[in-house]
Amino acid sequence: MYSEKVMDHFTNPRNVGALEGANAIGEVGNLKCGDIMKIYMKIENDVITDVTFQTFGCGAAVATSSMATEMIKGKTIEEAMKLTNKAVMEALDGLPPVKVHCSVLAEQAVKAALANYYEAQGIDPVSILGEIPCAGDCEDCHVHDAI
Amino acid sequence: MNKLVYADNAATTKVSESVLNAMLPYFSENYGNASSLYPHGQNSKKAINAARVPIAQLINADPSEIFFTGSGTESDNMVIRGVLNSVAAKNKGRNHVITTKIEHPAILRTCEAMAKQGFEITYLNVDSNGVISLEELENAITEKTALISIMAANNEIGSIQPLKEIGEIAKKHNVLFHTDAVQALGHMHIDVQEMNISLMSLSAHKIHGPKGVGAIYIKKNVFPDPIITGGGQERNRRSGTENVPGIVGFGQAAQDMIDHMEEDNAHTAKLSKRLMEGLLEIKKSVLTGHPTNRLPGTCSFAFEAIEGESMILMLGMKGICASTGSACSTGSLDPSHVLMAIGLTHQNAHGSLRLSISKYTTEEDVEYIIESVKEVVAKLRAMSPVWHE
Repeated sequence: MYSEKVMDHFTNPRNVGALEGANAIGEVGNLKCGDIMKIYMKIENDVITDVTFQTFGCGAAVATSSMATEMIKGKTIEEAMKLTNKAVMEALDGLPPVKVHCSVLAEQAVKAALANYYEAQGIDPVSILGEIPCAGDCEDCHVHDAI
Repeated sequence: MNKLVYADNAATTKVSESVLNAMLPYFSENYGNASSLYPHGQNSKKAINAARVPIAQLINADPSEIFFTGSGTESDNMVIRGVLNSVAAKNKGRNHVITTKIEHPAILRTCEAMAKQGFEITYLNVDSNGVISLEELENAITEKTALISIMAANNEIGSIQPLKEIGEIAKKHNVLFHTDAVQALGHMHIDVQEMNISLMSLSAHKIHGPKGVGAIYIKKNVFPDPIITGGGQERNRRSGTENVPGIVGFGQAAQDMIDHMEEDNAHTAKLSKRLMEGLLEIKKSVLTGHPTNRLPGTCSFAFEAIEGESMILMLGMKGICASTGSACSTGSLDPSHVLMAIGLTHQNAHGSLRLSISKYTTEEDVEYIIESVKEVVAKLRAMSPVWHE
């Protein structure tokens, strides 16, 4: 059902745990839909010097969180902002159709952390990042399943 | 990974050696069509009829009341569609079925299909142990009620329903009582006469028989319309050339149950007790379903702050076969309808785990499962943002 890469990231997730000294934290998803992703970042001079995650969810949720952290580690905010769920999926050699929403959640978790970073500096994140679609309504996410 | 610890016997079971040996000659030697009149065909017919005997004995029915089908699901369809269609044809007023919120999808989806055709369905609630209220059942009966369909024991949480009391209510109100006993057969006391059961769905592959064979018990003088019509096999109840090896295997599996039921159930009950003790040592874990009145081999749990599919994948890597009712496993947004019906929170339902053991499970298996589940739960909680001790 899952690609080898998904199973690899699920079995040996990269960058797991809370991050001490994080200055950007984003959490998306909810218990009702069964997936919650929390991303911690340390941002210095617009560069994500460190990033970790904590995830409550299925194998795909863990793997997409792990892959997303790998893809943005050491990158600039601008580069991280461009991370799409599609890119995360491709990096994992694809996901089963019912699991596409997990990659959407991973993209949103990254954006939520960046939004948190801007908010802390008194900058309106919406003007930079746009709306973070996950407002806790599962349907928002599962709409993407049609992709 | 070479180790295999099979703890998903509620999903399906291993075909036992005695069953396999009984079946084999009916593939290559005794392959005659049971409808053919020459001895080669009649041998098959005899084998089919012989297979009815132990199945009937297991539930205290007459062999003539046992009919073979292709699966438990087919038997459930035959009951819901067949009874409603026959009743609808004869008596248009009786268009109501009473069932429960925790039935197998074979019943629920079929009821939904019949509702679209204009039949009325009442879905009874269950309490936190997964048991219906007899009062609610009796109150739901109207003069339009044609059928009560309540499973004998639940496939996800193992809870057993009060069949005898349900049967008494059905008899009092002159309503047919069907029970889906696919999960229960051989694992609990079932007596169609004592329990006033009119129809019962059964399946071979849950009792170490082959897949693709089900049966239906239909009490004398009850005539659901057939849903599969054709050559008139199974005394016009279910057409289609009989799956002779499968049926023979079902008969042997039932005979094995009769011969070893007590010791097998004592074995699984003992191992289940140890499994429950071991896993309930885990913090914020609960046993789901009835604490005592449950199938001896079905153990179901919920662990807070972790998700079931992740658990299944990790246990799978350790060679352990188990299942979950999390949303990820149901392919929808919602976790299992059974876990929701017993009032679990979404969080707990997402962290559900079912381990179902059989006569083949050993003490070493159980210890290995306990150790592995503890490890997996700890590992997943360590990466969960919602875990707080």
